[in-house]
Amino acid sequence: MTARSNALLLGLAVLIVAAPLALRPDAPFGGTDDAASEAVAASHPGYEKWTAPFWTPSKEVESTLFALQAAFGAGLLGYVLGRRHGRRDK
Amino acid sequence: MHIMEGFLPAGHALAWTAISTPFVVAGVRRLKRILADNPQARLPLAAAAGFTFILSALKLPSVTGSCSHPTGTGLGAMMFGPSVMAVLGAVVLLFQGLLLAHGGVTTLGANIFSMAIAGPWVAYGVWKLSDRLGLPAAIGVFLSAFLGDLATYVVTSTQLALAFPDAETGFAGALAKFASIFAVTQAPLAVAEGLVTVVVINALTARGQMHGLGEKA
Repeated sequence: MTARSNALLLGLAVLIVAAPLALRPDAPFGGTDDAASEAVAASHPGYEKWTAPFWTPSKEVESTLFALQAAFGAGLLGYVLGRRHGRRDK
Repeated sequence: MHIMEGFLPAGHALAWTAISTPFVVAGVRRLKRILADNPQARLPLAAAAGFTFILSALKLPSVTGSCSHPTGTGLGAMMFGPSVMAVLGAVVLLFQGLLLAHGGVTTLGANIFSMAIAGPWVAYGVWKLSDRLGLPAAIGVFLSAFLGDLATYVVTSTQLALAFPDAETGFAGALAKFASIFAVTQAPLAVAEGLVTVVVINALTARGQMHGLGEKA
């Protein structure tokens, strides 16, 4: 596999993810987790949630924590790829 | 694929926790053995953990007009076998359940089963099968990551359908309903995960070594 095929695959992945935004500009793009919770509430209105999260972050804090999670992961992956790359050059 | 806190009846929550626990325990033991036998595995393990941390944090738009996130568990399942991913996936889900109110504590067992057990095992099985069929490694990696990702969402749909069967159409009707929310949204995202996984495995392994991955379960 070459750098070009890698770029092609990544480009295709970006296209797949970006396409819905262009194809369905009016869609709400809410989360499926919430959609499923709503479906449960709609079909089983008698079901009572018996626990609740003991802490729910605000939208802003939530995005920070998700960003931290991704950044931590990217750090790990980038470190390993970088080390490999460095060894190959020697 | 997160079942939200409180959205599984107590019996179901307990059952999924009981089913998932031995997988996580076995995964911890396997992880310890891998690190003891081969300390150099630390780096690729960190890469596999990093990959699932990144991907499961990204909520991506899909053609259904909803957002969902990939799982990133296929990569590690191919490299180290599926049991290791039970541990790495559980770490992600615990973080999200405790700090992000995504998923939860009572639903942790069910969420671990879908994302950290079922997905990786399907990915691993597909990877081994494609190897046996003699498919090109890149195709095998793609199919493995794609189907592993999708399997997670099919399992989540099944878990919800078992807990909340439809009043008229029963389990099958509920499964179709939840699958239309989760699995259909996930399909294009799973394709994207498959493509990215091919690139990352390609970058992580020396040329021609893809076939040697994941010898032991």
